[in-house]
Amino acid sequence: MIALPAPNPATLARRDALVAGLRKILPAADGVIADPVRLKPYETDGLTAYRQMPLAVVLPETTEQVAAILAFCQAQNVRVIPRGAGTSLAGGALPLADAVVIGMMRMNRILQIDYADRYAVVQAGVTNLGITRAVEADGFFYAPDPSSQLACMIGGNIGMNSGGAHCLKYGVTANNVLGVKLVTITGDIIELGGTHLDAAGYDWLGIIIGSEGQLGIVTEITVRILRAAEGTRAMLAAFSSNAIAGACVDAIIGSGIIPVALEFMDRPAIHACEAFAHAGYPLDAEAMLIIEVEGSADEQTAMLERIKEICSAFAPTSLKISQNDAESAAIWKGRKGAFGAIGRISPDYLCMDGTIPTSTLPQVLARIEALSAEYGLKVANIFHAGDGNLHPLIMFDANQAGQMQKAEAFGADILRLCVEVGGCLTGEHGVGVEKRDLMKVQFTEIELDLQRAVKSAFDPDWLLNTAKVFPLDRLPARASLPHAA
Amino acid sequence: MIAPDSEAGFAAAIAAATAAKTALNLTGYGSKAGFLRPVVAGETLSTRAFRGVSLYAPKELVLSARAGTPLAELEAVLAESGQQMIAEPPRYGFLGGDGVVQSLGGIIACNLSGPRRIAWGAMRDHVLGVRAITGRGEIVRSGGRVLKNVTGLDLAKLLTGSYGTLALLTEITVKVLPIPEATGTLVLHDLTPARAVAALSAALGSPFSVTGAAYLPERAAAAMGYDRPVALIRIEDVAASVAYRLQALRQQLGRYGASALLDQAGSLAIWQAVRDATPLAVGADTMIWRVSVAPSQGPGILERAQSLGLDGYLDWGGGLLLLAGPATQAAAAALSGAVAAVRGGWWLLRAPESLRASLDAVPPEPAALAAIRGRLQSAFDPAGVFTPGKLHAA
Ligand SMILES: Cc1cc2nc3c(=O)[nH]c(=O)nc-3n(C[C@H](O)[C@H](O)[C@H](O)COP(=O)(O)OP(=O)(O)OC[C@H]3O[C@@H](n4cnc5c(N)ncnc54)[C@H](O)[C@@H]3O)c2cc1C
Repeated sequence: MIALPAPNPATLARRDALVAGLRKILPAADGVIADPVRLKPYETDGLTAYRQMPLAVVLPETTEQVAAILAFCQAQNVRVIPRGAGTSLAGGALPLADAVVIGMMRMNRILQIDYADRYAVVQAGVTNLGITRAVEADGFFYAPDPSSQLACMIGGNIGMNSGGAHCLKYGVTANNVLGVKLVTITGDIIELGGTHLDAAGYDWLGIIIGSEGQLGIVTEITVRILRAAEGTRAMLAAFSSNAIAGACVDAIIGSGIIPVALEFMDRPAIHACEAFAHAGYPLDAEAMLIIEVEGSADEQTAMLERIKEICSAFAPTSLKISQNDAESAAIWKGRKGAFGAIGRISPDYLCMDGTIPTSTLPQVLARIEALSAEYGLKVANIFHAGDGNLHPLIMFDANQAGQMQKAEAFGADILRLCVEVGGCLTGEHGVGVEKRDLMKVQFTEIELDLQRAVKSAFDPDWLLNTAKVFPLDRLPARASLPHAA
Repeated sequence: MIAPDSEAGFAAAIAAATAAKTALNLTGYGSKAGFLRPVVAGETLSTRAFRGVSLYAPKELVLSARAGTPLAELEAVLAESGQQMIAEPPRYGFLGGDGVVQSLGGIIACNLSGPRRIAWGAMRDHVLGVRAITGRGEIVRSGGRVLKNVTGLDLAKLLTGSYGTLALLTEITVKVLPIPEATGTLVLHDLTPARAVAALSAALGSPFSVTGAAYLPERAAAAMGYDRPVALIRIEDVAASVAYRLQALRQQLGRYGASALLDQAGSLAIWQAVRDATPLAVGADTMIWRVSVAPSQGPGILERAQSLGLDGYLDWGGGLLLLAGPATQAAAAALSGAVAAVRGGWWLLRAPESLRASLDAVPPEPAALAAIRGRLQSAFDPAGVFTPGKLHAA
């Protein structure tokens, strides 16, 4: 289990006074939650194995309120946890006992849509899919599409620099944001970027996006919106081994074709998803690719024919080009429901998120299989094959003593393996608490110290989302001392 | 000038400079020494002896090279596998033409991108990882060699575009892509700037994946052999798609009047010119601006620039302006004021020495951000030895 720092007893003792102070900033009913029953929904996020009730939850409705809350918390030396929808799989929004959770769900308005200049200005609590929903009638969309897009919020996407199945062509969050309004721990409101493509000066957006709430709270975001292609179509190709499927991915990319999506599933994942979605997946295959292309109907056909030809050289056990939108949707249905599918066949699962050089896929999957046998825990692998982002889903039963610890140890071994073959600990879910203590596998102490110093430049007292991202052993003195005033 | 040929050499030189508090002008081949503000430094530290591709995996779309690798050398390596730098880094003609060598490190440090930025992102979007040396002489890495990576704070992005004021980049890993099979261009004639940008916006708002959208007003067009202003719309893909989409666009943009198509060779030539600022009229004493605004603001900025005696052209659908003209304090203040008024950004790429030191070469920061920047710079470069003055007055 991952440790959390001891709460600051002085903060706990002042709880009532702090809540009263927050209520002055947010006088509206329900703006401040302190009642334990109503705090309960905030005690965890997508990493449900970890739970911790916060000191209080605040639900601001304006940027100015966020600024006032942060200034108050800094003056009172109180830690804060920024929270979007709480779908983080890394425990990024996990509370601390002495912290105020700042929930962004009431800042859920779309402020401006500009088709001529192709941007939308939205508040941080707008859901990812909410942006696309607002512009799709006009043929536009917001590109990054995490599987959690119905629930997760754009502010949380900024926190984690989230990706999706289509980022091979369209990029991740960082590649699709033009500007943000950032509130610092001092309560200053800073506009970074704007409605233009390249901001002059330092790439502040680049350091803010993916900073997991360590540097400030983002309240407004200007995203790029893109015109959707004329249409999309998917195909499915199945193979007799992981290595052959991997070689086929290489051949597709090597041929100069960049599909909009290129997803890989191994045998256990195929079986789980098929049982759940009845998508017509080939149960005799060892590995399967979902490949999506876009363009006019003719363009789709031409591209899929080329890809089919490439796949044919790898003795596919089955090949299926969808003939219409409904068939494409069926092919995607299984993949998109993958987490739910695993949830049905196993009481609990951990979703890992390493990235590897794509060429190492067969070797990595073989090693994961060996580890699976060693730990006695089943695993299914889903892989964004185009970009090397691997999601092993480790199945376990938390009610059986020791299994949770075993699953965590297995997951940590997989992430170490990802780093060892030249990859990284996390491709899109973030470090959070989950991978905090593994950071030393990827970074030297000097590199971590530099990142810590960047955090300190924004948040000198380490009040923002403390105990995430950085291992606890070398927290700056002021952050680790609970009694620091 | 110091030009080490190893990371250890750089680290030692930097540690010594920090100990002695000797400022270092970090450079590659010095092609962009005239960009932004004058650097006040006792010594120049160059990456030119530290070059070469260290990793190239075409099937994984990644390439790593040492910072001093000439851009041309790198692009030649990529071309052998039918690939290219995605963001189309420019070789600005005003830097001195074909003889000028640019390093990869310099392109990254200045985050310079060409026309394709509108569709596929800027250089900063393709930097997957860096190795760098801090002011303490410590070697640090950020990012890596994989396409997706959110592990820890993204220092690689922070260093991209920091103009050598935070750390010395020693090695950079970038994402690359295949060179498209075909390139074609739709040319619209004789539009006013506002109508041209409306046409470019319509093209960029179409489902046809436009990868270049530029407008050359009269003088810039004349420099390229056109007797009237031209709006240029580029498609890059397989040949059949290029033909189909250009035709579809032509129809969709019919209301903007007569149009023509450029073939592959014509397209490659005109977009190289757009990339390299070839249409700019540049004299010895000219000041040169690179301005980024929301596309619909481009025509207004162009008009203001023209009223101040500058001229140039629009790229990125109207959102990027390259402008040149006689250098005066008053014109510079008026132009940056106009850009600030529409909340855009600018880089003063060149100005006479007398002006450079007294102008804001990039927009000034609000006080709260300037304070954060100060602390950030101290974190990377405690003694303040890296390229002082380049971005902001020291
Ligand atoms: C079923 C499922 C599928 C998923 N699929 C994907 C996927 O395909 N791709 C992917 O990338 N992720 C995926 N995720 C992970 C998760 O959805 C993303 O990390 C998402 O971006 C989190 O958004 P959220 O609004 O829930 O943020 P939260 O979980 O509430 O917070 C995430 C982080 O951002 C910080 N934060 C939140 N709001 C702000 C703000 N306004 N300002 C500053 N910091 C803030 C928080 O402190 C925290 O560190 C999935 C999760 C689930 C449960």
